[in-house]
Amino acid sequence: MIDTLNTTLRKLPEWPLYIIGFLPAVWLLWLGVNGGLGVEPIKELEQQLGILALQFLIASLCVTPLRRYAGINLLKFRRAFGLLGFGYICLHLLTWLALDMVFLWSQIVEDITERPYIMVGMAAFLLLVPLALTSTKGWIRRLGPRWQKLHRLVYLAVPLGAVHFMMQERVWTAQLITYLVLAFGIVGIRMIWIRRRRVAR
Amino acid sequence: MAYRYRSPLTRADVTPKHMYMNRRQLMAGSTAMLGAGLIGGRAAAQEALEPNSLEEITTYNNFYEFGTGKTDPASYAHMLTTEPWSIEIDGMVDNPGTWSMADVMEGMTVEERIYRLRCVEAWSMVVPWNGFELADLLTRVGVQEGARYVAFETLMRPEEMPGQQRAILDWPYREGLRLDEAMHPLTLLATGLYGDPLPNQNGAPIRLVVPWKYGFKSIKSIVRISLVEEMPEATWNMQNPREYGFYSNVNPNVDHPRWSQATERRIGGGLFSGREPTLMFNGYEDEVASLYEGMDLSVYY
Repeated sequence: MIDTLNTTLRKLPEWPLYIIGFLPAVWLLWLGVNGGLGVEPIKELEQQLGILALQFLIASLCVTPLRRYAGINLLKFRRAFGLLGFGYICLHLLTWLALDMVFLWSQIVEDITERPYIMVGMAAFLLLVPLALTSTKGWIRRLGPRWQKLHRLVYLAVPLGAVHFMMQERVWTAQLITYLVLAFGIVGIRMIWIRRRRVAR
Repeated sequence: MAYRYRSPLTRADVTPKHMYMNRRQLMAGSTAMLGAGLIGGRAAAQEALEPNSLEEITTYNNFYEFGTGKTDPASYAHMLTTEPWSIEIDGMVDNPGTWSMADVMEGMTVEERIYRLRCVEAWSMVVPWNGFELADLLTRVGVQEGARYVAFETLMRPEEMPGQQRAILDWPYREGLRLDEAMHPLTLLATGLYGDPLPNQNGAPIRLVVPWKYGFKSIKSIVRISLVEEMPEATWNMQNPREYGFYSNVNPNVDHPRWSQATERRIGGGLFSGREPTLMFNGYEDEVASLYEGMDLSVYY
């Protein structure tokens, strides 16, 4: 059964995923303009975009464990998950700059240089920039084995994203704990694999 | 004494009921004006001191007893029974005991006070409260010599307040004021909003309103008032003393350790509402600055 599933998945094109993945952004913007995000739509939009980014990035990190433990091969869609995650981070950042901070540069600079939660979020974003830029087939070929090494930066960026979320909350909510567990869990699995590989050698 | 404070925001600033009910439609039509307001910047922000709509005031609340989400109180506060209600008044007072709401309200002059409300999370509203001065109740209760603080407590009833079923905060919610703050003419016990009884999500049937302090100081659904000698425990202060001081006066120059307090978002402007500068003591500097004369407000935050 897994084989038929994998055969079907292999036949599916990658591009529709970008469109489907972008729909929540359109939906959120539509809600925001029409009052569907409550009386404080800016914070709501900002947070929803950040959470979507985390969801797509965590999804991209689920691809390998899914293949290893369930035999389901989604490798073909991994790049789309990752790029969508990065796209949502860009929208999240843009919402912060344009709608939340309304380009109040003095306060923006102060936030980036003095507020740990902003610094952590910015660090996660910056770590992902080279990954987005080298996500094309050409770059994968050009970098060879170094490509995989470079893209391990995502193991740092995703937990940082979850920590960035945590650092803004005033109390421990179920939603926050869920994302922390998922982000650290999915990277933690890799750490266990890496250690096992070292021991085996 | 009633009418000791006159708000610069007058009855004319209050949106008439038939209009605030339809404010969303009005706002949709004023999008073009909003764009102009953004360019106008600070000057425009000052002119826009009009109370928030009833919808805004009742659907965006921090009342963790009903959940941590902003709309949780609006969704779950209907579970709360507010009748009968009584307040335990104790400590250093001449007339301690259990005061029913009728006892509390006896002889009190309920007036309208249109106050700014500034949340520690850097958002704000303007709210037309109905209530009476806390000082009037304290005078009737009879504050004894030696009392220096007033401690307040919210109802603890997890079966009606689902947020209390989880230990997100050290329930019941507690707050406190220095006696001179409590006696200040601006300090209100609110029982109504827009001329109607206080909705449950806003702290029915009776809540504190201290407009120059961050919103969390204005404790909701009060069941206990104690006059005490020592500085009382306050919930957020116990949760994180570095982030939430006992005083918690609105102060644009003293940032929250994690975020700036220099500016705030006025609720109700939609996606393009931008930010306004936060005012010292939330705009009540002339009235309350003397209470803190000689105090280093970055130490006593």
